Amino acid sequence: MEDLEQFRLDVREWLEANCPESQRQPMTPEEQYWGGRRGEFPSEDARRWFERMRDKGWTAPEWPTEYGGGGLTALEGRVLKEEMKRIHARTPLYGIGIWMLGPAVLEYGNKEQKEQHIRAIVNGETRWAQGYSEPGAGSDLASLQCKAEDKGDHFLVNGSKIWTTAADRCDWIFCLVRTNPNVKKQEGISFLLIDMDDPGVSTTPIALISGESEFCQTFFDDVKVPKENLVAELNKGWSVAKALLVHERKLMAEMGSDSPRHILVPNMAAHEYLEFENGKIVDARLRSDLVDYDMQMQAVALTHFRTFEEKSAGIRSAAPMVMKYVGTEAEKTKSELLLAIMGSRGLGWEGDEFNAQEIDTVRLWAMSKAMTIAGGSSEIQLNLIAKNVLELPQS
Amino acid sequence: MALVLNEEQRLLQDTARDFLTSNAPVEALRMLRDNNDAVGYSGQLWQQMADMGWASIILPEAYGGLDFGFVGLGVILEESGRTLTASPLFASAVVGASALLLGGSEAHKQTLLPAIASGKLTLALALEESHHHRPTHIATTAEKQGDSFLLNGRKRFVLDGHSADKLIVVARSSGAESDNQGLSLFLVDRTTSGVTCQRTVLMDSRNASNIQFENVVVPATDLLGDADEGWKILEPLLDRGRVAIAAEMMGYSLEAFDRTVAYLKEREQFGALIGSFQALQHRKAHMQSELELCRSVLLQALSAVDDSPEDLPMLASLAKTKLNELVKLVTNEAVQMHGGIGVTDELEIGFFLKRARVAIQIFGDTGYHKDRYATLCGY
Ligand SMILES: Cc1cc2nc3c(=O)[nH]c(=O)nc-3n(C[C@H](O)[C@H](O)[C@H](O)COP(=O)(O)OP(=O)(O)OC[C@H]3O[C@@H](n4cnc5c(N)ncnc54)[C@H](O)[C@@H]3O)c2cc1C
Ligand SMILES: Cc1cc2nc3c(=O)[nH]c(=O)nc-3n(C[C@H](O)[C@H](O)[C@H](O)COP(=O)(O)OP(=O)(O)OC[C@H]3O[C@@H](n4cnc5c(N)ncnc54)[C@H](O)[C@@H]3O)c2cc1C
Repeated sequence: MEDLEQFRLDVREWLEANCPESQRQPMTPEEQYWGGRRGEFPSEDARRWFERMRDKGWTAPEWPTEYGGGGLTALEGRVLKEEMKRIHARTPLYGIGIWMLGPAVLEYGNKEQKEQHIRAIVNGETRWAQGYSEPGAGSDLASLQCKAEDKGDHFLVNGSKIWTTAADRCDWIFCLVRTNPNVKKQEGISFLLIDMDDPGVSTTPIALISGESEFCQTFFDDVKVPKENLVAELNKGWSVAKALLVHERKLMAEMGSDSPRHILVPNMAAHEYLEFENGKIVDARLRSDLVDYDMQMQAVALTHFRTFEEKSAGIRSAAPMVMKYVGTEAEKTKSELLLAIMGSRGLGWEGDEFNAQEIDTVRLWAMSKAMTIAGGSSEIQLNLIAKNVLELPQS
Repeated sequence: MALVLNEEQRLLQDTARDFLTSNAPVEALRMLRDNNDAVGYSGQLWQQMADMGWASIILPEAYGGLDFGFVGLGVILEESGRTLTASPLFASAVVGASALLLGGSEAHKQTLLPAIASGKLTLALALEESHHHRPTHIATTAEKQGDSFLLNGRKRFVLDGHSADKLIVVARSSGAESDNQGLSLFLVDRTTSGVTCQRTVLMDSRNASNIQFENVVVPATDLLGDADEGWKILEPLLDRGRVAIAAEMMGYSLEAFDRTVAYLKEREQFGALIGSFQALQHRKAHMQSELELCRSVLLQALSAVDDSPEDLPMLASLAKTKLNELVKLVTNEAVQMHGGIGVTDELEIGFFLKRARVAIQIFGDTGYHKDRYATLCGY
């Protein structure tokens, strides 16, 4: 514990000395740095901050140092997070590589794959896309059809993926592909890493209700993928896929309590947009909704702490299983609450009549609808809780 | 702050569960009810609980206590919630003992706390005056007369009031009716002349009384804390009580929930176990999520009593609200998912349903605590 306190002091000192003032300010979505070949720094300070963090391995603080990670323990990782939060230091690098693929390759990849991909992720050199969903395979992911045929020294990939976040800006994509159609559906799936510059890979953006085109349909047309890009054994991709989904759900569960953006929180919004009398919000309905939300969020935050403490103590509980559902539903509630609090100022789409924060809030409201669908919908989460936690009979 | 139980607390939990399920199951409450038991709990059982140290779990060792803190207490309360065990644990060993710890003179502590610890003495808090929890709305008067006070007024919903040896009476010694200034707390023997106690029959088959105080003379030495400054004791006292009853409510919720899950795995309709119907699965899974959130909130609130009292007001209101909502949802759904048998007296689920409604009213319902939390949040 003493060591941890010393570590905290060292981290604090280092951050104080190395995090530029401009990188301690709230950030807009455009200011996030996602790395990759097409990645651009929003400013020189952002570059400097990223490079300093990268050199310490703190773009991926808990990954092993031999592949460029920071080598921190979970507790140290939490201290770093807390200290960054304390001075509002921006996250220097975002990405599915850091959040999902890296942990999966560290667990399931071979030595060569780790050499090739982990350091590149830490260094922000590659940006990754997730090729899971297909037009015919969403919640029922295991029914996927995109196929990879064994051609001796390579796989030949044909098919398409959909809802691929940022595919048009990514360098690599990890895909679940069908390698055996004649067995139980989960047992004929493999996990492939595909370079998106390879001939035959193409993407078409899809516009969303938030006005962004966050994701794409991704097509694979006779794409030749080297054999060494197979992660884990042939037809064992489903285990990798599930492990990765655990990371994805954890991430989504924490998005609300750990938001990178400077966004309006309902309590602040209430002071800005609502009428008060004797220190109380006049509109009783909204006041009551606001308490419900604040209480729920405090409960969610405490449960994140609890799962962390349980993990450190080696105790298993059902808490991690419910967090994706609870966290993303709370985000939706929050967005609806913000709109209600803002009244007609919470309807602005663009133009000078509304400030940037108002428009951002509205766009995020539209995005929040996606959070209970992506990464396994709320209904799927409830199915999983019923099956794996409550062990209810399956029909 | 610890959001996980330590080894010692887990052991305590096992011991409590073993003891309560064999010595004080729900069936015991049914018998107390059906026999119209005059006390409303088994004195012999309470003695056994005290002998195991449960009456002194939060008391410092200096007063014969175990000094396990509120997290340890929470474990026992939760288990006694699972079995709906009727005992003075909450009213006396938690609320009564806390009042003495917070406001008692050294003489009070030296004489009374060991007696509570041994199970020989029971206390009850005489606070409420209307049918809603309004702890500052006190009309009961305390008039200073020389070296004593004269109490006049009427209290309701006094938990264990008819069986407690001593009452802690909240009275107004100055100030206007809803001021938090001007309250004073007194220790009064229940048998003092001028005290009349009328037991009420509530849906939960437990014990609460209406108590009348008519020119009751209380020596100034039985004032807890300073005159007019009772709120300084009462507020933290209520918060401790809220967190404690929340722990008990966690027990009701878990038990009603678990029993229903078990039923869903054994009852067949339409040629299938009803637990395989998604309409029921999703509701159960949602409740499991709320249970997980409540678990964290409860542990944090319990440990705040021991470690960070400055956080307690907010956490106590959070815990009471979340548990109020949880226990209401879970008990309603437990009845519903049992179908016709769920509304029978034979099935014990009904006991949980009814006890939950009483607990929801203890020391503040959901509306009360949401309002308080909002105020603490600055809106
Ligand atoms: C913002 C966003 C980003 C995404 N990014 C990616 C990405 O980068 N890569 C990727 O591969 N995918 C991505 N996805 C896709 C996402 O994983 C799928 O949308 C999700 O799995 C749901 O599949 P679907 O859209 O086909 O809906 P469907 O599966 O068709 O579901 C339709 C409705 O039916 C319900 N339903 C389905 N099955 C059941 C059941 N058994 N019980 C009860 N209800 C059920 C669902 O809950 C939903 O309400 C993204 C999605 C979004 C919204
Ligand atoms: C006060 C009262 C009076 C009654 N009077 C009469 C009477 O006069 N005459 C008479 O014949 N009957 C009477 N009944 C019986 C009543 O019709 C049954 O209780 C009712 O049909 C439910 O059946 P069950 O109790 O066996 O519950 P179950 O069918 O076992 O249901 C248990 C739970 O499972 C749920 N469930 C069952 N099937 C499904 C499904 N496919 N999908 C989702 N959920 C499901 C139910 O909604 C319930 O929550 C009475 C019941 C009550 C409570």
